[in-house]
Amino acid sequence: VGHAVLAINGAEVNGRLTADGKDVLEFLSNPANYPVSIRFGRHRLSSNEKLMLASMFHSLFAIGSQLSPEVGSSGIEMLETDTFKLHCFQTLTGIKFVVLADPRQAGIDSLLHKIYEIYSDFALKNPFYSLEMPIRCELFDQNLKLALEVAEKAGPFGPGS
Amino acid sequence: MSRPPGRKQENHKISRELFVLTYGALVAQLCKDYEKDEDVNTCLDRMGHSIGVRLIDDFLARSAVKKCRSYSETAEMIAQVAFKMYLGVTPSVTCSSPAGNEFSLILDKNPLVDFVEELPAERASLCYCNLLCGVIRGALEMVHLAAEVTFLQDRLKGDPVTEIGITFLRKAEDRKHKR
Repeated sequence: VGHAVLAINGAEVNGRLTADGKDVLEFLSNPANYPVSIRFGRHRLSSNEKLMLASMFHSLFAIGSQLSPEVGSSGIEMLETDTFKLHCFQTLTGIKFVVLADPRQAGIDSLLHKIYEIYSDFALKNPFYSLEMPIRCELFDQNLKLALEVAEKAGPFGPGS
Repeated sequence: MSRPPGRKQENHKISRELFVLTYGALVAQLCKDYEKDEDVNTCLDRMGHSIGVRLIDDFLARSAVKKCRSYSETAEMIAQVAFKMYLGVTPSVTCSSPAGNEFSLILDKNPLVDFVEELPAERASLCYCNLLCGVIRGALEMVHLAAEVTFLQDRLKGDPVTEIGITFLRKAEDRKHKR
């Protein structure tokens, strides 16, 4: 119900094809491939959708901090909807880390701090990474994935997105 | 040193000698590349700046400090937390202007000059540790504080102490309107 197959046996799924290019339903219906581990979740956002979300949220964040009745408010830290929760952490240097998760997922605050550490280690300390550019660092991706897996396992009601 | 996640916190320590020697080699090479002392100083400052803009996030992520509410808190933070974390020394801080925007960090011990007693005669105006000034300047820039950072006194030049001067240039911008 609104969920899709995200990965089979640990390898990410690309649309209807597995990582090796086979058709997903075919692979799943062949008993020779069992036992098989399938990961379900909400659809992953495309890069375009992520950019739109980020730029929209950036403006909402700024407006939110100015509209706040409390003086010296920070921006939006959490946005809750029926289907997901958006968590945002802004560093003193102005970088925002945004996580979209299942509403019941716990431990996002520590995850956000963990991601800050991973960013400062594997992106900032990589001499070939230029500030403000998209992060294409292998070590960053690997460590981020590890941190997400740890956070998902810690959640009380199963994986976030 | 970075800590790999998911594993126990191992402190990968590299020898201090190696670090000090590396810095010395860097300065020596710059002296070969540039004739004028000011050029070497500028180069060191520039390098320090690009280190500072990246190091600040490491500092903030690891030390989990809250936002400083005044220039003097900021100067204390640099001396007591940052210097301690990265160089293992704690300079003392004094405020040197009634306006409250000029500060001095007095360095009792400076690991970078472990193996250097004095500057050679032909390099009399070299700021050997100018990298540090660049680092502080770059780091402050990333938290929206413009500052001028220079060496006011240098033991290597015969002064009694090594003193770094930090001058905050304008009022800290209200963060609500930034980013």
